[in-house]
Amino acid sequence: MISCEKASVICNKTQYKEASFNERLKLRLHLILCDTCSKFAADNKKLTSLCEKANLHGLSEQEKTLMKHQLREKF
Amino acid sequence: MKGVTANSITFIDHEKNMSEHQLQPEKWVDLYADYLFNYAIVRVNDAETAKDLVQETFFSGLKSAKNFKGDAAERTWLIAILKRKVIDHYRKRNSKKGRAEVHINYNSEDGADGDWLEEQVADPFSSYENDTIENEELGLAIQSCISKLPKKQALVFTMKTIKGISTEDICNELNINPSNLWVMIHRSRTALMGCLNKNWF
Repeated sequence: MISCEKASVICNKTQYKEASFNERLKLRLHLILCDTCSKFAADNKKLTSLCEKANLHGLSEQEKTLMKHQLREKF
Repeated sequence: MKGVTANSITFIDHEKNMSEHQLQPEKWVDLYADYLFNYAIVRVNDAETAKDLVQETFFSGLKSAKNFKGDAAERTWLIAILKRKVIDHYRKRNSKKGRAEVHINYNSEDGADGDWLEEQVADPFSSYENDTIENEELGLAIQSCISKLPKKQALVFTMKTIKGISTEDICNELNINPSNLWVMIHRSRTALMGCLNKNWF
């Protein structure tokens, strides 16, 4: 059986579809036996769906740096 | 010795600033750019325009900083400026004579039926409108929680979740290894769950 720490890493990877089949299997097994991690996994999944639903946008780092420069010129 | 004194003075000033709602323009981009950008983009539907509006908001904020009375939080104040900018944007766009009318009465985008406004009256039983509003609130709530994260965590979370950049590319760009990345993702996700907990979970 894997540790809770390891389970949480796999659970996070799952949110980005980056966990291997083997890892997902281990996680499933762990979740059957561990309530704390089950709660975490459910919340984590919820966070992923909230982020998708919100359709978030972000500026790139370059855009932000440029903004900072332009803003500083006006100080 | 001199250096120590100087440091402690800036520290005290900083504390004072925090409690009295003073403006800290040098932090604006990091703290509010994404928040304002999300607010703008759902209203103007175009990333370039939204970015320009955010930039103009910062400039205006800087220019009218002396009018800031300190009774609102900095972000609320900036949002109020941005609101004006969005209205001005539409006003400018519609000021070209004739366009405004067409814009309001006739929508030829999908051709065929339902072009005239009367045919497009919102269905009172549709939950679509409410969903859009709720999703926008959600977006702003998430963005505001992200801005409370430590800077590096916020950066990693945004790159991974919002921009969907691959683990490998992020590691190369930020010069970290994958296990560092997953630790930061874990911390930011846990913090966000806590931050959103009251209203959204």
